[in-house]
Amino acid sequence: MKSFLIRRALMAVMVLLTISFISFIMLKVSGDLAISLAGENAGADYVEFLRKTYGWDRPLYIQYADWLWNALHGNLGASFYYGKQVMELVAERMPVTMKLGALATGLSITAAIPLGMAAGIRPGSFVDRAVLLIALLGGATPIFWTSFLLILMLGLNLRWLPITGGADLQHLLMPALALSFYAMPAIIRIVRSGMIDVMASDYIRTAKAKGLRPLEIYFRHALRNTLVPVVAVASVQFGFLLGGSVVVENIFAINGIGYLTWEAINQNDYPVVQASVLTVSTAYVVLTLFADIVNRAIDPRIRLE
Amino acid sequence: MRAPTSLVTEPSLSRWRLPFAGLGVWTGGAILVLVLLTAIFAPLIAPHSPYDQSLANRLVKPVFMGGNWDHILGTDHLGRDVLSRLIYGSRMSLAVGFGTIMISAALGIGLGLTAGFRGGRTDAFVVFLLTVRLSLPIMLAAIALVGLFGNSLWLMMLILAFFLWDQFLVVSRALAMRLKNAEFVLAARAAGFSELHIMFREVLPNMLGPLVIVATLEMAHAIMLESALSFLGLGIRPPAASWGLMIAEAKDFVYFEAWMVNIPGFAIFVLVAGITLFGEGLRTVFENSSDQR
Repeated sequence: MKSFLIRRALMAVMVLLTISFISFIMLKVSGDLAISLAGENAGADYVEFLRKTYGWDRPLYIQYADWLWNALHGNLGASFYYGKQVMELVAERMPVTMKLGALATGLSITAAIPLGMAAGIRPGSFVDRAVLLIALLGGATPIFWTSFLLILMLGLNLRWLPITGGADLQHLLMPALALSFYAMPAIIRIVRSGMIDVMASDYIRTAKAKGLRPLEIYFRHALRNTLVPVVAVASVQFGFLLGGSVVVENIFAINGIGYLTWEAINQNDYPVVQASVLTVSTAYVVLTLFADIVNRAIDPRIRLE
Repeated sequence: MRAPTSLVTEPSLSRWRLPFAGLGVWTGGAILVLVLLTAIFAPLIAPHSPYDQSLANRLVKPVFMGGNWDHILGTDHLGRDVLSRLIYGSRMSLAVGFGTIMISAALGIGLGLTAGFRGGRTDAFVVFLLTVRLSLPIMLAAIALVGLFGNSLWLMMLILAFFLWDQFLVVSRALAMRLKNAEFVLAARAAGFSELHIMFREVLPNMLGPLVIVATLEMAHAIMLESALSFLGLGIRPPAASWGLMIAEAKDFVYFEAWMVNIPGFAIFVLVAGITLFGEGLRTVFENSSDQR
């Protein structure tokens, strides 16, 4: 376990380093930071002065080391557009997206586990096909269309939920529903195929032979073993939703990290873009690390080769 | 987001699944062919030009909502014919779909075959690349790159392909590892064929089935991403027609003219669902036939 942890953590660090390098390059490619900072009408000597002050005239690898050192101390520079520290912006916006992602993941797990179980109990049955159809609908409906359909139904016709703005539970519910519908199929499929495997196993046959009631078999015996991969898939989905919420945040005017990034791209404010890509990737790496460790702790059968 | 493990055969497939899968292949294939034909013959089918604006004919409702037969699916806020834009928009979706998987398949399969065959350090490095790619948030990173490098059709395909090669790699690597010591490979090696020849001429044809399945599912993925990028205003530029862009342009009218959003939304849904049905159906048929061997 210990050597596994060390190897896995080392891998995560390497991945993060590589991603940080990609982010750094992205920032460099985005244009001359000195010119962006000085403004279009600034004189050449002022631009040169800024370049010297910020050390942008030094070789690239020194700049990267410098940038990395600062990044590790939570300093990713200032936004051109907002005039604030980039990390401050990210720290303001990240919690909203985290809340949205957590809510969406929660909703999709809650819906997907019973659906996947029902489907996996008898593969090929009518129920199974109905669930697979739901999974197909979820995977094929573009999130922005789901969002508009929800707005039209729950917001305009039934008037159950507010349409835009705000970051409380009421305001986040509709966007979370839209996201969870898209995230659900992956979890349904994993629960379903887990259930198919488990239902064919010897211990379930024993349970059946003992004369246990079907519900008891499904929930007390089968469910537990199908949940192992769900932990991994759910945390990966959560990470995916952190980055994938751009569209939804856009439609529902939620001030999360996705909306921030989108605005920053339109403003050509690449220090912000770089910081949010880096932050979401870091969250994702940490989540997958967490998933691997949890999986390994729950299921002794999982061994790294 | 698809788990590579699903390529492993599921036990206890009942007799019901196969006809159903066959139905999926046929339905999905029919949809794909239909959209393909629409895209190819767009100029012949489209009743109007997708670009001609007419301020006198703005926001005409579709015929099933009390509009007229001249504009079957109505007109948008600039008076452009929605049906024609829908027909031309299919070109965008399919071009991005096919173009992206061509590039990402080349990238993923190339890496996967090399990693699976060479093993050792090469393999470890490729797996590391895969981990890095999987840790980049697709949507955020894609919009960042499109924002940086612009949004011509080619760039968009390149950028999407840069994010969609992972499944090609996972599948081809696993199969290469399995086939690397197969008899026909040993025979080819004994006959003195080069490693490259063995990889691409002997082994690759033997993994086409699973790779075609990956290709269909990734194509659906690419079409979905293109529409999202266009929706965010980072895809193809107006006045070109793209289904995502049509929704983006209609979103200001969603409260009054919901059909403007629903028509292109439904079009994306049908195409993506069709491709997915086709791919998933192929997988089921493929697994069953390889069971019987």
